[in-house]
Amino acid sequence: MLNIMNEKKGISLFKTYRDKFERLKSGLSKTRSGFLSGLTKITGRGRIDEEFFEELEELLITADVGVHSASRIISGLREDAKKNKLKESKDVEQCLKERILSILNSQFPISNFQFPKDSPFVIMIIGVNGSGKTTTIGKLASKYKKEGKKVLLAAGDTFRAAAIEQLEIWGERSGCPVIKHQSGADPSAVIYDAIQSVKARGYDIMIADTAGRLHTKVNLMEEMKKIKRIMGRELPGAPHEILMVLDATTGQNAISQAKLFNEAVGITGIALTKLDGTAKGGVVINIIDELKIPVKLIGVGESIEDLREFEPEPFVEALFER
Amino acid sequence: MFENLSNKLETIFKRLRGYGRLNEDNIREALREVRIALLEADVNLNVVKEFIEKIRARAVGQDVMSSLTPGQQVIKIVYEELAAILGSTGSKIVFSARPPTIIMMAGLQGSGKTTTSAKLARMLLKDGQKPLLVAADVYRPAAIEQLNILGKELGIPVFNGNGTADPVEICRGALTDAKENGCRSIIVDTAGRLHIDEDMMRELKNIKGEIKPHEILLVADAMTGQDAVNLAKSFNEQLGIDGIVLTKMDGDARGGAALSIRSVTGKPIKFIGLGEKLDQLEPFYPDRAASRILGMGDVLSLIEKAQDSFNEDAAKKMQKKFREDSFSLADFREHLMQIKKLGPLDQILGMIPGVGKLKDKDVDESELVRIAAIIDSMTEKERNNHTIINGSRKKRIAKGSGTEVYEVNRLLKQFVQMKKMMKQFSKPGFMKRFGMPGNMLGAGRGMFPF
Repeated sequence: MLNIMNEKKGISLFKTYRDKFERLKSGLSKTRSGFLSGLTKITGRGRIDEEFFEELEELLITADVGVHSASRIISGLREDAKKNKLKESKDVEQCLKERILSILNSQFPISNFQFPKDSPFVIMIIGVNGSGKTTTIGKLASKYKKEGKKVLLAAGDTFRAAAIEQLEIWGERSGCPVIKHQSGADPSAVIYDAIQSVKARGYDIMIADTAGRLHTKVNLMEEMKKIKRIMGRELPGAPHEILMVLDATTGQNAISQAKLFNEAVGITGIALTKLDGTAKGGVVINIIDELKIPVKLIGVGESIEDLREFEPEPFVEALFER
Repeated sequence: MFENLSNKLETIFKRLRGYGRLNEDNIREALREVRIALLEADVNLNVVKEFIEKIRARAVGQDVMSSLTPGQQVIKIVYEELAAILGSTGSKIVFSARPPTIIMMAGLQGSGKTTTSAKLARMLLKDGQKPLLVAADVYRPAAIEQLNILGKELGIPVFNGNGTADPVEICRGALTDAKENGCRSIIVDTAGRLHIDEDMMRELKNIKGEIKPHEILLVADAMTGQDAVNLAKSFNEQLGIDGIVLTKMDGDARGGAALSIRSVTGKPIKFIGLGEKLDQLEPFYPDRAASRILGMGDVLSLIEKAQDSFNEDAAKKMQKKFREDSFSLADFREHLMQIKKLGPLDQILGMIPGVGKLKDKDVDESELVRIAAIIDSMTEKERNNHTIINGSRKKRIAKGSGTEVYEVNRLLKQFVQMKKMMKQFSKPGFMKRFGMPGNMLGAGRGMFPF
């Protein structure tokens, strides 16, 4: 795959690609080392037997792939092994890689942001408390600003203490203005003002922060629906993206979060944060497999470039590269 | 989930009738289900494996008691072992004999350290341990501001070093400040970090060296997955923790992380965070957490809530009425209003075993108001004796309360059913037949509002 890139687009692109890949690899180093050392141990035994599959399934579960997805992948591998008359366990590794890739590819390329042609692009950011919403917004804003876009931030988290101040600091850092009200104000009103401002001053992109909320809180979910309604009413087609920010260290509850947020407002994608801090990147596979919701962004480090668009192939390559 | 596990185990053990003991084979199948249940609750795989072994050893060779079905017996063993691992009693903060007691908060980014610091400060203030909050998170934008605001809200002083960028220096200043102002406790909010970050971990160690805390609390998100083990291990090995606060327990996470963290560190879970408001921090009870991990609902918390909001005399009177079968619609109305006092209905329902799955459906609180309206539209006589309510009375009641006749019918039907159920409940020995540990419902029997 890397060779193809090289031939097609020349050495310089290959270099940046390689550089990006290395960053991804190092961001995933925790996930990779846990996963690979487990895998090496299991495939190192040689024979493909019942115990082999069981251990492989356990390895996937410990990577937060989830019981159901793990067992689906394993039964697929059993078929692969039978069909291709595989004898050696290390041959299964390639099949595993393909299985994972095919799950991840199932929701790709819709993973990319679809910018509307003749309207500002409105992104609504939602998620549970502490998942990393504001930081994600800060990084996105910096990224778009660098690309020469005119970006507006909306401080829709009027609930948590100092949430507005936190977004303002990100606004200053990225050089993007922030529309805000007082703490405790109605978030929908903030969003309303922000949309008016977007329309009046011709912004390219608006990113709306919202308060962190647990997906089980009915009232808070209603509040979020209202925010979305206001956006759509004031700017037809908005919000164009509803990104759920998810902490990569989350376990099986990720499924419940994504499910309930999706039912409430319809998620267009997931931004998976703090992936560099966990040994369990498997939650990516779990979400895509169980919920068919694309993962659009992954955060693999502190710097702005470390929030990147999710691409299945480099991700799997980075996961398996020894 | 518990219902699920329970049903699955029942199916497995169906063949068992007639045998007197549980044996290796049928236990193995049952334990596979237990294993999946625990993994789905995010308990770490290695912890699960160890745990399952323990259960196996205990379960094999057990007599199948006549009062219990084997499935329930296995659940009982699992439940007891879970509670045992989680610690037998709730443990609290140990205050230093020579104040101030210094408490240091540590944890990953977004786990809830700042909010928990404020909640804890509120708790200590109520205990008469005049607290000082210390804002040592100089990295996250507006983290110090956040603590300032929370402190102001609580009327608790916050030491923030006035722009000092060195957390260790802030802490040093805080110690002096606390002594000068006669504070009896100090809570230090530190910067959140990924535990891979060695610089940050070193900073935590430096803070620890400077302030010599009596208590280091690890703040962990209840939704944490398999990685909980690594996180707890690295904080414990590098920093040494004394206890754990599990946050965001008001969601639907089953909190298997509690089991993982507890078993790798051996340190007690001291508190749980149950919401964004500052009074929503509660002591941790191992037995309740065990029920939750198994998906059994939190019956004990519900009972305590009920005890808080219910007048005991009224409850006793109610219990007597159930026994004597003189429970009337008027009592029913009173009861409903008490339920409303308990808190948001969906939260209450979530605590009842088996009703957990109901939470998917919308629980409509306005329904309670409608029911109350229907009862209000009845005459005194009707309220005390529902059997006299015939067709024309129903029409009148519906009209009076702005509802439909079918709603009146539904209410009457529910009332009769409930009466029947409550009569069962108030009979001694009811819970025993369900194989629940003796104390599970004992305290609340008769006060149980449903």
